[in-house]
Amino acid sequence: MGQLRFQNRAFYQAGQPYRLLPFQFLQFSADRKIVVNEVGEYLFVSDHDFDAFVSHRLPPSSDIYLDLKGKHFLFDSDSPAPFEMLATKYRTKKAHLAGFTKLHIFVVSLRCEHSCQYCQVSRVSSNKSRYDMSPETASRSLDLAFRTPANEIKIEFQGGEPLLNFERIVQIIEEAEARSTAMGKAVEFVVTSNLALISDEMLLYFREHSVAISTSLDGPEFIHNANRPRPGNNSYQLTIQNIQRSRESLGYDKVAALMTATRLSLPHPHKIIDEYVDKGFQSIFLRALNPYGFAVKTSRSIGYTADEFLKFYIEALDYILQINRRGLNFVEIYAQLLLTRILTPFPTGYVDLQSPAGAGIAVAVYNYDGDVYASDESRMLAEMGDKQFLLGNVHTDSYEQIFGGRLLRHIVASSCVESLPGCADCAFQTFCGADPIFNYATQGDLIGHRPTSEFHKKNFAIIKHLLTLYHSDRDIRRIFWAWVHNIPASELTAEAVE
Amino acid sequence: MKLHSLGHAIRLDSPILGRITRRELSSVDSRCDSILLWNQEQPPLDSFGYLAVMTSQRQAAWRIPVPLVHFGDQLDYLSDGDVVSISADGFIRTLYRRNSPHNFILATDQCNSFCLMCSQPPKQIDDFARIHEHLRLIDLIDQETQELGITGGEPTLFKDDFLHLIDYCKQKLPNTALHVLTNGRLFYYREFARRLGAIAHPDLMLGIPLYSDTDFEHDYVVQARGAFEETILGLYNLASHNVAVEIRVVIHLQTYKRLPRLAEFIAGNFPFAAHVALMGMEPFGFANANFDELWIDPYDYQSELRDAAETLHFSGFSISIYNHQLCVLDRHLWQFARKSISDWKNVYLQECNQCDKLDACGGLFQSGLKKHSAHIAPILA
Repeated sequence: MGQLRFQNRAFYQAGQPYRLLPFQFLQFSADRKIVVNEVGEYLFVSDHDFDAFVSHRLPPSSDIYLDLKGKHFLFDSDSPAPFEMLATKYRTKKAHLAGFTKLHIFVVSLRCEHSCQYCQVSRVSSNKSRYDMSPETASRSLDLAFRTPANEIKIEFQGGEPLLNFERIVQIIEEAEARSTAMGKAVEFVVTSNLALISDEMLLYFREHSVAISTSLDGPEFIHNANRPRPGNNSYQLTIQNIQRSRESLGYDKVAALMTATRLSLPHPHKIIDEYVDKGFQSIFLRALNPYGFAVKTSRSIGYTADEFLKFYIEALDYILQINRRGLNFVEIYAQLLLTRILTPFPTGYVDLQSPAGAGIAVAVYNYDGDVYASDESRMLAEMGDKQFLLGNVHTDSYEQIFGGRLLRHIVASSCVESLPGCADCAFQTFCGADPIFNYATQGDLIGHRPTSEFHKKNFAIIKHLLTLYHSDRDIRRIFWAWVHNIPASELTAEAVE
Repeated sequence: MKLHSLGHAIRLDSPILGRITRRELSSVDSRCDSILLWNQEQPPLDSFGYLAVMTSQRQAAWRIPVPLVHFGDQLDYLSDGDVVSISADGFIRTLYRRNSPHNFILATDQCNSFCLMCSQPPKQIDDFARIHEHLRLIDLIDQETQELGITGGEPTLFKDDFLHLIDYCKQKLPNTALHVLTNGRLFYYREFARRLGAIAHPDLMLGIPLYSDTDFEHDYVVQARGAFEETILGLYNLASHNVAVEIRVVIHLQTYKRLPRLAEFIAGNFPFAAHVALMGMEPFGFANANFDELWIDPYDYQSELRDAAETLHFSGFSISIYNHQLCVLDRHLWQFARKSISDWKNVYLQECNQCDKLDACGGLFQSGLKKHSAHIAPILA
């Protein structure tokens, strides 16, 4: 370099010994650990390097030192930059908290003509006055829903079968639209329905008001009808037929389906997925049973352990990846959700996997009788006789009492993975979330007991499996990223040009 | 490509900056911005008001009321609408070419960094007075210009005048995209970033280089302690004031190994970056002086480049690979390759003429003729 005044590399190296930044770790495989920091950035580190790292013996010029420094596991200067970056990333990861409650569930009727095995709440009844939401309760519930600071809210119609009280749906949509205009809050609607009763008049109305539909499809006919009995035993036929009608009326992207796995489903992951592919769906949400409501009563016949579900899930995911490798775009929604949390700096809006938990602060349920619950699961417990998570009633309590009261504060304080025993030191904490209602329902208190928690077992295993898959194969990486962005994998093509 | 030539100026006392016209202009108002290019044997009948008349009639001793500039017969490279400067001693520099997509203002030769591979080495001079020339140039260039670059040196060293320059572009060239090459260090100062954001230029992008995921690697490459911190915080400050940023990475022997980690770093920390450019080194200037410390055959870093490109592409970034020949580039990366080298210094090798991909290939820097990948070979279908 001669006459020029260039300095060598050593001149710029840190003069200070390094210090550790907060992180969690886990033995990932026989000889390596995963380290994850508070904003969800992770590295795989050999046991040897890990020991050197935590005992402050890493040489500053080594690759692993630079890796750990670049991802903010250590710092070695007085520069504020690493902390500014961490703060920015932390803010980004928790951005879903801004705006408070965004999902508002209206249970417009508890009545249903289905009597599904796993249903937590529905009543087969013709007693409208007892189980349907009244016009006054609907209006008062909207008053509360529109008090949320969020600028965009989603109203979901639930049941029972909400279409049994279609006039209430219409009232709520009309009133919500008027409030939306007056208050400058965007609002969108989704109806959760088994579709058996959907009429052309309803479809026309939904089209005019951009209402999306979320229905249930549990797989091929023999599984679906066994899980979802109704008079005539024709749920499958009606569902398929009306999914098609709804798509034709509202558009494909406005009709989504969910599946719930029962004991009967577990041996048939391929058949269930084939059913979804065959019916033109581009995604599936592989959901385990909830341990609430009627499902608890019938758990011996339809229930299973977390291990049994995991075997099903992993087999299903493997099959879905095979399908994607063949060029079809087909997403598993739970994996998409977790991958977004693992691979990107961004949060997800999914209310059941957050910290603090989404109950009450991301979602609220307005029951047919005016009771307000912190989550769908909370009102299911209530239908079983346990009103532990009743936040208040729209007719007797104010917004402040319901959403600022002691109960909700208690739920929030009890559902931060950052401080929950067993979660606070878990390497997967930033990818995961807390479910205090689940803990309460299965283990008797909001905090729960992680080593015996099925929620923990399921999420831990799935997260570890996804990480293993992601780091095993370039094709899988491409497919997973396509899921994260919700685009066809061909748009992320890494094909060599000939 | 010619960008300057030496002529002989008569009656020119101070340097002028003007727009070339081969067509006589009727209005004196427009003449005062223009230099008339006149190649006929007889002088123009009416040359009143032009900044100067240029001619290749070497012997012409025309008596005209404005400066006369003689030049050789090779001025065909000038077109109507081009802007040139002419110094009193007859040096003619092209500052703007209306028919080129690659126009830029070289704002200053000063820089607060001293990058190992700088192709435009900084000078320790005070050239801040050039701001007047830049503003004048903006008056003169075509309003239909699609893109204009501002480079250096480090253009932000003008500080207030830099902001004025951007604002002036917004006023005078509202339809021209502005692309500023800056190391971003001065945006460490929030107020500076805020004031740039407040100008609200409709189509402004700052191209900011980042060479490593750690401070001392970056500081070493740019030869300035603290530069990493300033650039990082600068990027954040710009983002928070809604100024679009592009991140630019130059690949050489000192940076290629950690390229995949740098890509993860960018994806994790700067998801707001509008574009990421992964660039081959131009073997010119300091890159030449530090050649042994910097040179690596691009063929030998394709695996790192592919990993980095894939990480960024998968993460959702718009990315480009600049300054690489297709025959050297991994075929998986062809989709990102751009013809990035400015036309005036863009060349191809003799053997490239046989290549089937010649039209799609960005070729080499002029300076790359001396040293380039050993793996350049025509691609034959």
